[in-house]
Amino acid sequence: MSVNNGEKEVLLDVQHLEVTFSNSKKHVFKAVKDANFQVYKGETFALVGESGSGKTTIARAIIRLNDTSNGEILFKGKKINGKLSKEDKKWVQRNIQMIFQDPAASLNERATIDYCISEGLYNFHLFKDEADRQRKVDEALNSVGLLPEHKSRYPHEFSGGQRQRVGIARAMIMEPEFIIADEPISALDVSIRAQVLNLMNKFKEERGLTYMFIAHDLSVVRYFADRIAVIHNGRIVEVAPSNELFHYPIHPYTRSLLQAVPMPDPEIEKAKVLKPYDQEKEDKSAETGGSLQEIKPGHFVFMAESERAEYEAIVAEMNKTAE
Amino acid sequence: MSEQGKNIILSVKDLEVKFKVRDRVLTAIRRISMDFEEGKVVAIVGESGSGKSVFTKTFTGMLEVNGEVSGGEIWFEGQDLTKIKKDSEWEKIRGKKIATVFQDPMTSLNPVKTIGDQISEVIIKHQGKSKTEAKKMAIEMMGKVGIKDPDKRYDEYPFMYSGGMRQRIVIAIALACRPRILICDEPTTALDVTIQAQIIRLIKDLSEEYGFTTIYITHDLGVVANVADVVAVMYAGQIIEYGNVDEIFYDSRHPYTWGLLSSLPQLGEKGEDLFAIRGTPPSLFEEVKGDAFAPRSNYAMKIDYEQEPPFFKVTDTHYAKTWLLDPRAPKVEPPAAVRELHARMQALTSKGGIYGER
Repeated sequence: MSVNNGEKEVLLDVQHLEVTFSNSKKHVFKAVKDANFQVYKGETFALVGESGSGKTTIARAIIRLNDTSNGEILFKGKKINGKLSKEDKKWVQRNIQMIFQDPAASLNERATIDYCISEGLYNFHLFKDEADRQRKVDEALNSVGLLPEHKSRYPHEFSGGQRQRVGIARAMIMEPEFIIADEPISALDVSIRAQVLNLMNKFKEERGLTYMFIAHDLSVVRYFADRIAVIHNGRIVEVAPSNELFHYPIHPYTRSLLQAVPMPDPEIEKAKVLKPYDQEKEDKSAETGGSLQEIKPGHFVFMAESERAEYEAIVAEMNKTAE
Repeated sequence: MSEQGKNIILSVKDLEVKFKVRDRVLTAIRRISMDFEEGKVVAIVGESGSGKSVFTKTFTGMLEVNGEVSGGEIWFEGQDLTKIKKDSEWEKIRGKKIATVFQDPMTSLNPVKTIGDQISEVIIKHQGKSKTEAKKMAIEMMGKVGIKDPDKRYDEYPFMYSGGMRQRIVIAIALACRPRILICDEPTTALDVTIQAQIIRLIKDLSEEYGFTTIYITHDLGVVANVADVVAVMYAGQIIEYGNVDEIFYDSRHPYTWGLLSSLPQLGEKGEDLFAIRGTPPSLFEEVKGDAFAPRSNYAMKIDYEQEPPFFKVTDTHYAKTWLLDPRAPKVEPPAAVRELHARMQALTSKGGIYGER
């Protein structure tokens, strides 16, 4: 079952999602406020924001680790949040896999690599016999550039980059359609990051995977994502195709994020004047309420009605400079 | 790498550090010599495991229990710090003369003590001030690091502060004793880019105001470009290139530095593979023969596998530890990404460029 939006197939559809945390009836904290977005089949959709902005909470709501208090999450047209039958839960677990930020914390340190990678196979009985399982594990290890002889080792015997490869192999062996990668390279070194990103891109091409990529660093996402959603304080403030977002950022928060990316060039970096984002001053939706509006085809910005004219002026100005 | 006529605040000679890990010995620092010039911002860049944190931990006697300085000297104020054995002696240096700001502010603050008490405590201990005096100074310090309404926020607890605000407090605590050297160990890695930029700026402004020397440990070359006067690149327990910030970014000589600069995501083009340095760093449990980077380098020569290269001088301030600079070596050009770095960055940040002003 699938839903078509124009020509693109929608794999994941998030509508009016709200996630709240509370420690008593009085203190209710809205971590995610009215989130709306679609992830199309075969694309890499990035969710970018600072820590505490709610990006991981959205991911955890999708894989059913966080309860949702409002809204719907549809995967291949089927509602996957709230109450589900046992079978449906299994279906979600099998088809949506997650790659975590810290590979050291997400692998069982007392289990061998062989077990870490096969855990999903065991849970879902996805192999005919022992030989078949071995073959699958060997293949998964090979595909991430590790060797079958690594199977008997333990996670602590590997470097951070290698452990992240194990984390990827563990997700890939399930042959999922959709992978959520939560800051998969933040804990890795610069020289290893590129290796892991290239590996993830290879899988995307070979297997037609769909990724939701969570990051706080826009410079990584530019290279990797097809579309980007920027989230601030639990609210998605801008969604646009990657190139569009970088060339025509409209929301003041996106602009300040872009400007703050540190550039590896002393002359430029030392001359930089910072313009931090001041929500109280620049966001008028607090008083009048706002919503995500399409300002250009495929480009959505969260705004109050009173801000529309201002943002449209920005678009007009940018179109002029582009010509 | 010592130069005459400069005011050297800390001088490291032939430093070697070893760790015992389950019956095996790991050499984390392999004979580093380096002088730190007073008042400068020195950035130490390297991957995790390259030894950059271990290196600076030896300045304050903070090595883990299984680690020891197995050779060399560290000279500071006429004293060889490697000779210090007692913790009471370290207390005269650590925190007081050489202070450190760590990566995660939450782990360096006490969660059940108020912010104000944690700053005053340091002032009382190291400067012998009375409680009321210390409070006054602490509030002043909080204002300096950019906390609004410091007298109101004095009695709050760390959890009531955001990540960026907590890191500001850690900086206030570190500076409360007016140290001569401030070591910043990945101070902004746990923070978001917009907050990161503010913290970097704060440390820079304070260093100018108080005149302390900053040692900045990071793996982020964007941060380095912003803060550093001098850059030391570390690999496998050694400094492999050293120079003024412009020399490292615009005229680097070591293949590892080239690799680091080429693999920056800011340079990535959509649809192409990002440049990746192949392989992984060597295990420091075994003795490293020759140039430690040789197995991963595209420029390795036969001698790189046999003999460790010395430091070759590029300019009076710029040195690199690679055989490529030997007069007998074939002449090689740095990769295009490195040669064109400045031009590409300028295009990206000029008006209309994606990171540019709008």
